[in-house]
Amino acid sequence: MPGALPMSTDRLPAFRPVTPAAPRSPGRRLLDRLLARPSVGALLGVVSVGFFFALQAPGLLSSGSLATILDIAAPLGIGGVAVALLLVAGQFDLSIGVVAVTSSLVTALLVTQAGLGIWPALLVSLGAALLIGAVNGLLVVTTGLPSFLVTLATFLVLQGASLAGAAALAGTSRVTGLAGTAGWSSAEAVFGATAQLGDGRFRISLLWWLVATALTTWQLWRTRFGNAVFASGGAPRAARELGVPVARTTVLLFLGTAAAGWLIGTLGLVRLGGVQVDPVLGSEIEFIVVAVIGGCLLTGGYGSTVGASLGALIYAIAREGISRAGWDPRWFQAFLGLLLMVALLANGVVRRRLRTVPRS
Amino acid sequence: MSTVAGNGEAAPVLELRGVTVRFGSVPALSRVSLSLRAGEVTAVLGENGSGKSTLVAVVSGVQRPAEGELLLDGQPVRFRSPQQARARGIATVWQDLAIAPLMSVWRNFFLGAEPTRGLWPFRRLDVGRAEEIATRAMARVGVPGLDPSQPASALQAGERQSLAVARALHFGARVLVVDEPTAPMTVTQRALVLQSVVAARDSGLAVLFVTHSPQYAHLVGDRFVLLGGGRVAGDLTREDVDVDDLTRLVAGGDELSRLTDSLRVAHPDR
Repeated sequence: MPGALPMSTDRLPAFRPVTPAAPRSPGRRLLDRLLARPSVGALLGVVSVGFFFALQAPGLLSSGSLATILDIAAPLGIGGVAVALLLVAGQFDLSIGVVAVTSSLVTALLVTQAGLGIWPALLVSLGAALLIGAVNGLLVVTTGLPSFLVTLATFLVLQGASLAGAAALAGTSRVTGLAGTAGWSSAEAVFGATAQLGDGRFRISLLWWLVATALTTWQLWRTRFGNAVFASGGAPRAARELGVPVARTTVLLFLGTAAAGWLIGTLGLVRLGGVQVDPVLGSEIEFIVVAVIGGCLLTGGYGSTVGASLGALIYAIAREGISRAGWDPRWFQAFLGLLLMVALLANGVVRRRLRTVPRS
Repeated sequence: MSTVAGNGEAAPVLELRGVTVRFGSVPALSRVSLSLRAGEVTAVLGENGSGKSTLVAVVSGVQRPAEGELLLDGQPVRFRSPQQARARGIATVWQDLAIAPLMSVWRNFFLGAEPTRGLWPFRRLDVGRAEEIATRAMARVGVPGLDPSQPASALQAGERQSLAVARALHFGARVLVVDEPTAPMTVTQRALVLQSVVAARDSGLAVLFVTHSPQYAHLVGDRFVLLGGGRVAGDLTREDVDVDDLTRLVAGGDELSRLTDSLRVAHPDR
């Protein structure tokens, strides 16, 4: 006879509200509120790393140094912002760095080999980048494979194809001589303009970075799309059950990282007037490092694009700081690793604090 | 305004006719028919794997039946997505509550149906209105004075349950589907679920209450549908059964009495 609970054949009486739970302490509330802002930790990081290197190398505060820092941070921030959105949605993209190289190579080859103007060539390469993003996204969505592996495969394919393609079509891994082609001056105004302030030369990539950060922040916190991004990473099953378009959101985000890759590539292409296909592994990881330092959880559902931008800023301050302080630049990588470790530990605390939801 | 139980004349709000669902060649539901009426709680009982979750999936638009049809107000309907079912007034409280722990209470509340204002491309979430509605809806299910911008993980267990129910009540004006968690719950947590079921019934909703506990089902149910192996093994009203009958019918009662018999044979002195 299973009857551990008080049983009756009468039905329950009509509903009445239960007594409200005891109010939480104000301190815990404040902590909860701060934890709900993923960029707080990154902001602390910028301040402390900036303070540390300002003491080590006082020259860091000059406008020339500031321009260098922002110049390093801008392309990294553009990529980091796009990767942060993907991480929030619970996905990875390793291919963004190689998309930058490949799409600028496509632009360069179209201009030098096919004789296209710079603008049509840029349009075609943007299309190619978006195609790569669509392939990544659709593969992840339809097969359910981990995006880490899917984009690793894309990365390898594109890396090999651009090296071999550049060698076969241009005979070298370096394609130059784009300056002066049709439409170059207007392209330079959009992607390569600079402004001299003091002894610092500020580039327009900074503006693109700020626009990307502002736009994605607004999207993430203030639109239905942003809610879908959070839900796709934080509770994918729940999101599907509630009718959130998880698959569409994921594909759109992969299109976003591909477009970011194209923008990074184009900014570099216009600045250098050409492209150098370099077999360097590492820049792929940097975007993810920057996003994680900015407070994104690798497990999804938590993060911000402002945080990723601040992460890029920390990266750039450390790099410029180490060079200004006269240290061996190879220390930079060790420093970055240390920062990443601190960020991962801090994120782990956040996750344990926020993620304890029983399944009943 | 609760309608009298077993009132057979009232037209069903939602009706399933001969619904069959197969996963591969294995039927998860075969030829299941049932009707849900306004102001009535239909309890669906069955063991794990009896097809309860598949039934919930069909009613809420996640799973499309291979055969059979759904009738909403007597009209055949086909849901292509959970969103469509939700738009037609069928709200579901999922077994896992469908809550994203790191998102705020109001974001969870409106997930998939956020109120917006402005025109594209400047269309944005109407945060003020969303927070206000979420707060009011939570108060309605018994959690007053809640800060809607705190993360859902900061809620206590019972409050999370209430969030899912408040969401379903707010969006589902006609039919409420409650898929009770299989994980162990405290009596207080269970009481919250049952109270929300009663609240929904009293506001005139047709409630489908899916559970594996005959005791709790009998506390709130007007009708009891027993599922076994994907088939309807029994369709009973409150007049037909008491708690003991229901328990025996659900919990493999026949096997239990056979076991009792054989034990009696082995130990006749007991």
